[in-house]
Amino acid sequence: MSGPVTSSAEVSQTPEPTGRGVLAPGRPRIPARTLRTDRWWVPQLITGTVLGLFAIYATIRAFVNTDYYAEPYLTPLYSPCLSTKCVPNSSDFGTPIGHWFPLSPAIIILIFPLGFRLTCYYYRKAYYRAFWLSPPACAVAEPHAAYTGETRFPLILQNIHRYFWYVAMIFSVILTYDAILGFRDQHGRWGHMGLGTVILLVNAALIWAYTLSCHSCRHITGGRLKHFSKHPARYWAWTQVSKLNARHMQLAWVSLVWLVVSDLYILLLAHGSFDDPRFF
Amino acid sequence: MTYSAKFRVWRGDAEAGDLQDFTVEVNEGEVVLDIIHRLQATQASDLAVRWNCKAGKCGSCSAEVNGRPRLLCMTRMSTFTEAETITVTPMRAFPVIRDLVTDVSFNYQKAREVPAFAPPADLAPGEYRMQQIDVQRSQEFRKCIECFLCQDTCHVVRDHEENKQSFAGPRFLMRIAELDMHPLDTLDRKDQAQDEFGLGMCNITKCCTEVCPEHIKITDNALIPMKERVADRKYDPLVWLGNKILRRS
Repeated sequence: MSGPVTSSAEVSQTPEPTGRGVLAPGRPRIPARTLRTDRWWVPQLITGTVLGLFAIYATIRAFVNTDYYAEPYLTPLYSPCLSTKCVPNSSDFGTPIGHWFPLSPAIIILIFPLGFRLTCYYYRKAYYRAFWLSPPACAVAEPHAAYTGETRFPLILQNIHRYFWYVAMIFSVILTYDAILGFRDQHGRWGHMGLGTVILLVNAALIWAYTLSCHSCRHITGGRLKHFSKHPARYWAWTQVSKLNARHMQLAWVSLVWLVVSDLYILLLAHGSFDDPRFF
Repeated sequence: MTYSAKFRVWRGDAEAGDLQDFTVEVNEGEVVLDIIHRLQATQASDLAVRWNCKAGKCGSCSAEVNGRPRLLCMTRMSTFTEAETITVTPMRAFPVIRDLVTDVSFNYQKAREVPAFAPPADLAPGEYRMQQIDVQRSQEFRKCIECFLCQDTCHVVRDHEENKQSFAGPRFLMRIAELDMHPLDTLDRKDQAQDEFGLGMCNITKCCTEVCPEHIKITDNALIPMKERVADRKYDPLVWLGNKILRRS
């Protein structure tokens, strides 16, 4: 039934503890940083690659300053377009930023959605694991000698996530407004619809879902209460947000990818690569 | 169906130890703890392992199987291939006593440091009245079986022994969240959670949630809500102003 006990020659030499982490004195002396046999690095590799590609794409698009408006569609990466340099008809919320601003209009507004996603509780997990390797994966030793978490500058600023959420709510309204403007034709007449309208409507819906599923939103709607029974409306809102919150990771990814789809579609339209298929 | 499985089990104490190879019989329906018991019975009678209920409810048989923090009694052998070598080690975040048994007194120390439930002074035991919707949020946390797998996998202490002084770990931050959400608890635990129990050290990478055998959403339902409550108290001037204007404590 069973074989003899044999010491493994490979591991028989017990290393001296180095005093750090899983090799600290007193802990079981196992030299490997992890004994996981699964491909624990795959999720982090995919996460890092996709986030990295998005960062490169969004940076290029933000600085390129062309092909962001194909009437009636304005790409979400440039919305709202607040500079006097914006192409005609693309500024629906005024142009408070004058010609003095040297860069693309996208740079003015992108800090807000970028800040919202950077401080998002899900994305924090994703980039702490994928880029900072803190930890690389569960039960895989991290490479850092010291760790202070989110207790010091700059990471203590993650605590202002809720302020980015307030602004993100405004952006959700603006992107919804942009999608509604998509019911016009190229000459500004209402009552029309094209594939771009559908893409912007889906974008607005996904941005709403991602924004409303935010952990800060969950806290603000009802999470901070001690007595749900005294606040039935907020309790109801909290339960609805909680349902969305359970899908926060998925919504973070889908809304991010759809941002690129929306921008790419409008880029190709504005560039003249093809015409927007019109339904009516 | 019976087959012979290859096992590598860590044996030793705080001074020395190594992974030892065994070949051992496995029968259909068995879990890793069954195999460890068979090793005790047939090949290594002095193999130390802590266990009790064999039903995933006592939290005693916490260890690491193929590098992942698991309950030995809840890890089915059917999840491995017959050709796979299964490595079993003690939890690597705690001092080892012997073989698969670790000294988890760090957790008891932290448990003692968390101030107990503090009901209103004028309310005697037996007079507690509360509505179900007010307590159901924290009831999820009461499912905890104190296996300390979350404490074991949390990189804040697993990879940084020095943080054990200032960080209570997910299990006890969840306990603080449970009490802070309790409708009859009168203590304000937000400052304490951040300043004394190290909530700010948590970077919400969710390993605690991944390993919890009770499937408690530790990060989403306890740690992040507690972080938001701390943000109310310490990092949000609007909430501070609102509390002043409305004269809320």
